[in-house]
Amino acid sequence: MGEMADGELVQLLTPEGELTEHPEYALSLTSDEYRDLYRDLVMVRRIDAEATALQRQGELGIWASLLGQEAAQVGAGRAMRQQDMAFPTYREHGVGYCRGVDPLRALGLFRGVDLGAWDPREHNFHLYTIVIGAQCLHATGYAMGIARDGKVGGDDGEAVIAFLGDGATSQGDVNEAFIFASVFAAPVVFFCQNNQYAISEPLERQTRIPLYKRAAGFGFPGVRVDGNDVLATLAVTRKALDDARAGQGPTFIEAYTYRMGAHTTSDDPTRYRIASEVEAWKLKDPIARLKSFLIRHEHADPEFFAGVESEADELAAYVRSGCLAMPEPAHSTLFDHVYAEGSAEIDAQRASFTRYQASFADGGVR
Amino acid sequence: MPTMTLAKALNAGLRKAMEEDPKVLMMGEDVGKLGGVFRVTDGLQKDFGEDRVIDTPLAESGILGTAIGLAMRGYRPICEIQFDGFVYPAYDQIVSQLAKMHYRSQGKIRLPVVVRIPFGGGIGAVEHHSESPEAYFAHTAGLKVVACSNPADGYTMIQQAIRSDDPIIFFEPKRRYWEKAEVAEAPDDDWYPLHRSRTVAAGTDCTVVAYGPMVKTALEAAAAAHGERSLEVIDLRTLSPLDLDPVYESVSRTHRLVVVHEAPGNLGLGSEIAARVTERCFYDLEAPVLRVAGYDTPYPPARLEEEYLPDLDRVLDAVDRSFAF
Ligand SMILES: Cc1ncc(C[n+]2csc(CCOP(=O)(O)OP(=O)(O)O)c2C)c(N)n1
Ligand SMILES: [Mg+2]
Repeated sequence: MGEMADGELVQLLTPEGELTEHPEYALSLTSDEYRDLYRDLVMVRRIDAEATALQRQGELGIWASLLGQEAAQVGAGRAMRQQDMAFPTYREHGVGYCRGVDPLRALGLFRGVDLGAWDPREHNFHLYTIVIGAQCLHATGYAMGIARDGKVGGDDGEAVIAFLGDGATSQGDVNEAFIFASVFAAPVVFFCQNNQYAISEPLERQTRIPLYKRAAGFGFPGVRVDGNDVLATLAVTRKALDDARAGQGPTFIEAYTYRMGAHTTSDDPTRYRIASEVEAWKLKDPIARLKSFLIRHEHADPEFFAGVESEADELAAYVRSGCLAMPEPAHSTLFDHVYAEGSAEIDAQRASFTRYQASFADGGVR
Repeated sequence: MPTMTLAKALNAGLRKAMEEDPKVLMMGEDVGKLGGVFRVTDGLQKDFGEDRVIDTPLAESGILGTAIGLAMRGYRPICEIQFDGFVYPAYDQIVSQLAKMHYRSQGKIRLPVVVRIPFGGGIGAVEHHSESPEAYFAHTAGLKVVACSNPADGYTMIQQAIRSDDPIIFFEPKRRYWEKAEVAEAPDDDWYPLHRSRTVAAGTDCTVVAYGPMVKTALEAAAAAHGERSLEVIDLRTLSPLDLDPVYESVSRTHRLVVVHEAPGNLGLGSEIAARVTERCFYDLEAPVLRVAGYDTPYPPARLEEEYLPDLDRVLDAVDRSFAF
């Protein structure tokens, strides 16, 4: 992927770590706030690295790495207010972290001990959605519910943020979500991480125009932000969520970024992209640029960075030991929760399954 | 031809079909440069070009709907659905459009579209990657549905499916993609017909019917029972239309039938087979037809799939129950 041609990228922090200005998106943070963002980025990357390592060691079935997309996710995650609701894909580990979701919850899905199973209401972070694009409609419907509840336009406004990828923009569900959101002025922000690939397929397979320009055709604003710039992503997403809460309807955000790793641990990106492209994007690393900025403007000293490193080490150790200690699901839980009101047929199958397992010499039942 | 994996055999069959007929197209997500996530289309884009091996936008309804249009225009598209659980966005195009066009046009429009779907579990995947949706399609008039179980069949069946003028849903047992066997190159006239089931192990005591990934499981059960009980194993191969004559004939000798599939038991293929065999072989049967199937739950997390999926023990348990009846 080359440079942006149209120059319409919202950026507040250059790859070199210099602040720049944008007429519509001002952001002034305290030293503490800058440092907090840096800490978030480092923690999120470390969780991801640990999970990748766990997969390599056979402890996870698969892992979808967010490497390179930390700023997009932390910017979006930190732009949310407590009362806002997120609808993630399968890659939003960084958003989950910002919402306060225990990273082990996502690991459970990828380890294969459950299908997510966290309570979406606890941190206003919905279950991961693997079927591409489906969550965009859910987010829109949820937002329509917020509007019906009168929770827009006032001080207690709520908004929804739906995450999607560049590939997802081709799905019918996603386009239908845009239409519903637009027609019903739903308080929803579509946050698209354009990481340039849908598995092996480059962006050109999904679109001939910059993705953010699509929004205009649906009747709401579209913004392209430097997704490797946590400050710009935070500012742009804050504004979009504020607008939604205020009753101004949806916004589409294209966070322009890059998937530095494989699509998942099952993928081999050397089959479809060249190393020099990855090298070029390394120069835009989201963490390095914030670090340069913090150092140059003396927002942080070496002690701070050392502290963050050891905090990340602790978090990684927690993720590792927590993953290894995850209990195996009891066999008969296979039959749990199929229906809200239960089912005599399922109960009978559970009973016969349990009898069958008990018929083995070693008991067989967990 | 040498020994090869199922994935390679399918690849060879696709290649042959594309060589023989320039109207044959391959379309799907990641089928081009990547060669598909299971590498079934590996190398095809390199050899046949981007015009014939098409990386499509990420939209299954789009893939199926445009394949229908291409077929109307004289092409023979092969659509790859990346995983079983992702066929549903295309369900409307398959069920309401693809299946019914020939009937609605009173035969004026033929839609020779093949929809390849890697199906079934057993690979430790996350949700939506291990499903067995065959009954939804077999239930739909106008679609033909087949499932291959081994490399030799994969090689010929895919070519036969592509030549068929009817739309075909082609199920590939993904957990068997890497298993190897001899694939013989035979003249087309000697090919075993596509819509015929086949006896793959002769036996005298109990008939076991399976298809796709469960054929190997059934054969393993027959081997394990050897010396004690003689199991006859039939590979169904064609799920719609069904070819049950070999099953009726077998049951007339063994008097017992067990049907095995990964899909949930409720309204699965086993239910239809049990009904038909009961209708045709009522006085031959010594026991009711028994089904060994997935439970009537969503496909569970990977760490429970061993419990969910039929295995050798569950097949033998059903055989025991048949005899105990
Ligand atoms: C409906 C559907 N079709 C296919 C897939 C298989 N699949 C998983 S991820 C993916 C690519 C998604 O690309 P994008 O939307 O850009 O998100 P990214 O993975 O890059 O974050 C595909 C095709 C799926 N999960 N769901
Ligand atoms: Mg992408």
